Amino acid sequence: MGEAGPVKAVLESVGLAVEAREHRRQWSLWVPAERIVEACRLLKQDQGYRRLSFVTAVDWYPVEPRFEVVYSIHSLERNDWLRVKCRVSGENPEIDSVTGVWGAAGWYEREVFDLFGIRFRHHPDLRRIMMPQDWQGHPLRKDYPLSGAR
Amino acid sequence: MASETTAEGPRTMVLNMGPQHPSTHGVLRLVLELDGETVVKAQPDIGYLHTGIEKTAEVKTYAQAITLTDRVDYLCPMMGNLGFCLAVEGLLALEIPPKAQWMRVMLAELTRLNSHLVWLGTHAIDIGAMSVFLYCFREREEILRLFEMVSGQRMMTTYLRIGGLALEPPLGFFERVRKLADILPERIDEYENLLTENPIWKERTQGVGRISLEDALEHGMTGPILRGSGLQWDIRKAKPYSSYDRFDFDVPVRAGGDVYARYQVRVEEMRQSVRIVQQALDGMPEGAIQADAPHVVLPEREKMKTQMEALIYHFKIVTEGFRVPAGDFSQSVESPRGELAYYVVSDGGPKPYRCFIRGPSFGNLQGLPKLVEGGLLADVISSMGSIDFVLGDTDR
Repeated sequence: MGEAGPVKAVLESVGLAVEAREHRRQWSLWVPAERIVEACRLLKQDQGYRRLSFVTAVDWYPVEPRFEVVYSIHSLERNDWLRVKCRVSGENPEIDSVTGVWGAAGWYEREVFDLFGIRFRHHPDLRRIMMPQDWQGHPLRKDYPLSGAR
Repeated sequence: MASETTAEGPRTMVLNMGPQHPSTHGVLRLVLELDGETVVKAQPDIGYLHTGIEKTAEVKTYAQAITLTDRVDYLCPMMGNLGFCLAVEGLLALEIPPKAQWMRVMLAELTRLNSHLVWLGTHAIDIGAMSVFLYCFREREEILRLFEMVSGQRMMTTYLRIGGLALEPPLGFFERVRKLADILPERIDEYENLLTENPIWKERTQGVGRISLEDALEHGMTGPILRGSGLQWDIRKAKPYSSYDRFDFDVPVRAGGDVYARYQVRVEEMRQSVRIVQQALDGMPEGAIQADAPHVVLPEREKMKTQMEALIYHFKIVTEGFRVPAGDFSQSVESPRGELAYYVVSDGGPKPYRCFIRGPSFGNLQGLPKLVEGGLLADVISSMGSIDFVLGDTDR
């Protein structure tokens, strides 16, 4: 799905793209975590990525920074999916919410918060979504056991 | 929830709908704030069916993980199989032989028909049209029998494999599919006779649960909801996978944005699916059903018993699974409900390091408040039916 070259150049010109990689014809762009909202706004408004497909995370425990937050965004005009990624440290994992850019991020960020324990700053309603509200721990972390005592 | 208070007490009341309610088709809880019969605020509460499928996938080999993908969206098992297999095949850069691709397309469309038939029957029963359900399940039963014939299972098929299909379809299978495809157009006419011009049906669905395209996109809705709000976007056309570009079909669009428009879109999609099934039958290529990749695909039984090399491959694949090169890959397919995406991350080992499933129902349900707020309580049922969500797909 690869025509992210120009997008990469635009983001690089304002210092927003740390790294860009193409794998099996799909592009991933790494953006500094503290500037994610700025980058997303630029991608949506100037580059036409109107639709947020999903937000998820990958836990690279015990590597640090431990988490990778993945935003899959889609442009109807370009007919292109693009992954934007941020690395987030395992100690007090926090990142700004992109709900102000795409409303669809609401539930996806709640899911990442619930299952990975990454807090989204300025999220309007950051509660657990899958697990019960009083649940301890975050099941999709790699140091969370599949069964048995937590 | 803040609500206006009058001398007699609060003006609004909170009604808890579900998690056990027949029209939620699963376990969805909806917290409704009502002013008389008008819905002021709606808040879906999900997670009752969360079974940790993504976590489980991390400890299964790729071949084992296929069995989990059936159980995500249990109304369209083959669609889950297809999304996952395509994602892993993307990571492996496998070439799938034409016959397997055609079979996949045919089965995916039968799955779409299966899912839409369940949707139509239950949606109609929710609104009060009992008989449609019986008609729809008559044809659905035949589709399930076909699934059983080909895979041995009616619902949890797990018929697809990474690299192709599990087995050759049995003798007589194509004839039966053709028989079904031949009668379906007139059966769909029957359903339409019951509903499309039915004044009660129109009363309950037209102008109800209206959503603009902007709002639908903003809330992460996909599939028939976007097409019912006027966007001609179908992943089968936009980013064809599994040779969909070789098939001739239309993408139905309606501009109404209401429950009736979504109904029309899905019924038309059923007709298009029949067209695709017929084309797949007519043009079914000959040849292998599995890719030529001995390190991934299990060898034939005969070869395994007679050739040393095949025996070694068989042993390795069965005992530890095959390794997938490190990297990530995301595959979107057009499920009956919308964009179903499998995002698979590999660290080079024989098990997925991370397998994220973007179930279309999750995004679609997020927009439910937009559909029901400001409408009547009784219309919540018809709006919910028109979203066609599956809770397994939402909660995973």
